[in-house]
Amino acid sequence: MIDYLNILLYVQIALCVFCLYRIIRGPSIADRMVGIDIFGILVVGICAILSITTNRSFVLDIGIAWIILSFIGTLTLAKYLSGKKLNE
Amino acid sequence: MNNMEALSTIFICIGILFNLFGCIGLIRLPDVYNRLQAATKCVTLGCCSILLGVFFHFGFTDAGIKALVAIPLLFFGATVAAHALVKGAYLFGIKLGEGTIKDDYKDAVKS
Amino acid sequence: MRYVALFIIAFLFWLLITFNLAIENIIVGIVAAGITTVLFGKYFITGVNKFIQPHRYFWLIIYIFIFIWECIKANFDVAYRVLHPAMPIKPGIVKVKLNIKGDFARMMLANSITMTPGTISVDIIDDYIFIHWIYISTDNPEEYSEKVSGRFEKYIKKIFE
Repeated sequence: MIDYLNILLYVQIALCVFCLYRIIRGPSIADRMVGIDIFGILVVGICAILSITTNRSFVLDIGIAWIILSFIGTLTLAKYLSGKKLNE
Repeated sequence: MNNMEALSTIFICIGILFNLFGCIGLIRLPDVYNRLQAATKCVTLGCCSILLGVFFHFGFTDAGIKALVAIPLLFFGATVAAHALVKGAYLFGIKLGEGTIKDDYKDAVKS
Repeated sequence: MRYVALFIIAFLFWLLITFNLAIENIIVGIVAAGITTVLFGKYFITGVNKFIQPHRYFWLIIYIFIFIWECIKANFDVAYRVLHPAMPIKPGIVKVKLNIKGDFARMMLANSITMTPGTISVDIIDDYIFIHWIYISTDNPEEYSEKVSGRFEKYIKKIFE
């Protein structure tokens, strides 16, 4: 059981490489922000699987805190995107 | 007990499959809005499915309840963030990609 | 009234997250919920007496099941469009008229539209909601307003208004 979950954990970490590709190669700045947003959600999945394989429950606390911080970070980036047009 | 383990493994596998679809969409689709649409839907439901699998693994203990609390939080956070990002990208001036056939929002922003 | 509702919600959230009924834990929870209430009470939603009307919870449960079914359909729709070699997309932004009032009900409708097949909500101006749609199938405004928001509006009107 734990062995299968370790394999699934590696798959989930490998999915983050797709987001990194989009963050590095993105043609415009909004593409990079989309990559950051999706990366933040994938990390929550990593925390959830890690809480089973290590059998500790505090990893889920890190996951909940990560959800809130990623939400605030994305809102700030979006505010920056829409606010810049108003200043110019 | 063995039954619940199998159920949780199935839910986690489904979640990772949906995450894979979302990430392929993030690579393949042509412009920002389509990418955001595919990725937000698939990755949010995939991570909710993984958290549901964690809840089935732990049962009604502290870890299971934490996973259950995280599901609506993740859900509202992801949808509101996607909404803000799409509006910010439009106001920043990023054009809709090729093949777009309709744009009602342009007139509303101008006036 | 709204301060009391926010205090109860914050305290329940604390108890669920810590999952521990020791007396020290409860005291810390009351202090933390009180600080949250003093700081953020004036931004909370209005009309909190809707929380204690039981028929709204009945419609909420039915709505959640319909909503989960729509979510699963949306994911298979996205998977079909992404894995198809030719990528059958025809995107655009359309304008749909809203029939419901109230900020919280409108927020829930926008969230529901974001998670249903092929649509994401962009903005709300006056009585119109702007939606980015990945595959515009018809050109008729009544037909696509029925397709986008008609399934949810009658339930949301019963739950949140």
